Amino acid sequence: MSTASNLERVLKSGNFAVTSECGPPRGADPEAVKKKGGFLSGYVDAVNVTDNQTSVVRMSSFSASLILKTMGFDPVMQMVCRDRNRIAIQSDILGAAAWGINNILCLSGDHQKFGDHPTAKNVFDIDSIQLIQCVRKMVDEGRFLSGEEIKGRPSLFIGCAENPFADPFEIRAMRLAKKAKAGAQFVQTQCVFNVEKFGKWMEMVRDLGVHEKVYILAGITPMKSVGMAKYMKNSVPGMDVPDDLIKRMQDAPKEKQAEEGIRICLETIEKVRSIKGVSGIHIMAIEWEQMVPEIVKSAGLYPRPQP
Amino acid sequence: MRLSYPANVKIVKVPCTGRVDVIHVMKAFENGADGVCLVGCLEGDCHFLVGNLRARKRVEYAKQLLDECGIGGDRVVMYNLSSAEGQKFAQIAREMTEKIRELGPNPVKSAKS
Amino acid sequence: MIVADRKPFEEIIEMLKPYSRILLLGCNECVTVCAAGGAKEVAVLASEIRLFRAKEGKPVEIKEVTLERNCDPEYVETLKPFIDDFDVVLSMACGCGIQFVGERYRNMIVLPAVNTTFYGVTEQHGVWAERCQGCGNCVLDKTLGICPVTRCAKSLFNGPCGGSQGGVCEVNKDTPCAWQLIVDRYKEMGMLDRYLEIQPVKDWSTSRDGGPRKRIREDLKI
Repeated sequence: MSTASNLERVLKSGNFAVTSECGPPRGADPEAVKKKGGFLSGYVDAVNVTDNQTSVVRMSSFSASLILKTMGFDPVMQMVCRDRNRIAIQSDILGAAAWGINNILCLSGDHQKFGDHPTAKNVFDIDSIQLIQCVRKMVDEGRFLSGEEIKGRPSLFIGCAENPFADPFEIRAMRLAKKAKAGAQFVQTQCVFNVEKFGKWMEMVRDLGVHEKVYILAGITPMKSVGMAKYMKNSVPGMDVPDDLIKRMQDAPKEKQAEEGIRICLETIEKVRSIKGVSGIHIMAIEWEQMVPEIVKSAGLYPRPQP
Repeated sequence: MRLSYPANVKIVKVPCTGRVDVIHVMKAFENGADGVCLVGCLEGDCHFLVGNLRARKRVEYAKQLLDECGIGGDRVVMYNLSSAEGQKFAQIAREMTEKIRELGPNPVKSAKS
Repeated sequence: MIVADRKPFEEIIEMLKPYSRILLLGCNECVTVCAAGGAKEVAVLASEIRLFRAKEGKPVEIKEVTLERNCDPEYVETLKPFIDDFDVVLSMACGCGIQFVGERYRNMIVLPAVNTTFYGVTEQHGVWAERCQGCGNCVLDKTLGICPVTRCAKSLFNGPCGGSQGGVCEVNKDTPCAWQLIVDRYKEMGMLDRYLEIQPVKDWSTSRDGGPRKRIREDLKI
């Protein structure tokens, strides 16, 4: 069954999909969302809206999704299990679907230890895979987790995330298989810097036949500076930035580092595109959204397929 | 050797510094001691293998407790020396006495008077 | 055992401010094993309090008593002959013991000298670690003896999350990733295919979420 999702339409039509992301502001000003959205307009098939990412309080994912929706985007509302129990989760899903949000990305969520409220109580009533099952059940069977019937069934294209670079590596493809089995239709991966390792993971994914069950979008992040590259390597758990990339960034003169970062990003896109089973890219230009149009154009992915 | 050391040092014999518990140190202060000095064998030379190493950890813990309750962890010190170092023992006794004199009497005693 | 940790001294001394006759209560069970509130810890804390208060010129009288258990009426009853001689009870027993003594002696205030932290094991002398959260619905059969509820910082039933690196949890580098341990165990037992089973949504009503729990065995009731 198809939804009204533009992302689903692009993927099903066999086009190489491009998504990007928009982190809501730490305040109530809708202009902040519109400004970020403005950079992306016309260059992406869908925009992810993060849900209190890194456990820092921000405008709700649903509200920011709605703002982007009014701008003509097809938002992918991210939802984490950290802050809501199954009651709130299902309620928010109904609300989002009522407002025409077509995509949901199911995540466990970063631990609150890393955020601005480390003394908070976490929820984790269900985990990301159970969340996928929950949405699947709501969409396909028109039933809540309790089994009770939903009056006015939501329609959503269901996604998930996976980190091919986290440990234990050997089960990372199996974990995606579990998510596919739970009902995920697309996956956006952690930022790919180590293309070789990503290729190995994709091989394991293909061995399990998972690439035929979910659309795989490789995560892409342009590096602004060598400082950012080092920070990602050393301080962000589950991030794999190979030394040769750090060296390339380091060897570039300071004023040319951003340019080198974009070059690396474009090379990465080129490489992942050639890997069998990769259906698109997800560009996470962290506080650098204005670069997305250039990246999409330079990668030969512009214009985007229109409905 | 007939070495002399300050008469205010009262010696409590134990079979090994490993026998000394935190409570013994605390009780010494409750009973009016101004300082406590543990003298154990050289590290690596314990007849019971690790008695003196354990004692050192307990001394560290006792220091914490004494700091918390306002007596001052500085009043407990541990030294390691061999039984052949009588001279050094006398010197430690003198040093310790001087150090404690600088710190003044056990604050519990001055509060009472 | 139930593991506890002594409260900071300043906090204890602040609670004791209005009182000068203190019954300091220890317990011979769990808190003795985890060296938080047994006879030894009672003696040391009593000494520390006496020293502090003597220095302040506000001496205290402390009676040190360590019960066999604080969570059984027969032992709690043994305090009866002398408990009224004191202004307050300062307990080094776990949260259960502290409450149970207060329930029996309604005219007494029972203060906590420890923070009760978790159900755990002695990993090595002086090191205790959490193993169980008492969720009331054990899944150790499915995860081959490693509890995801307790040992995963996010209690994931279908882990590991993307923060597992080098066998370590992203939340604390001294904490092993529970799901790395589970996967290792599946491999050890030749059961890695079990990883593919999706663990269903958990019924938390048997846990604290369902309200305070009670267990009754009619055949044992008198």
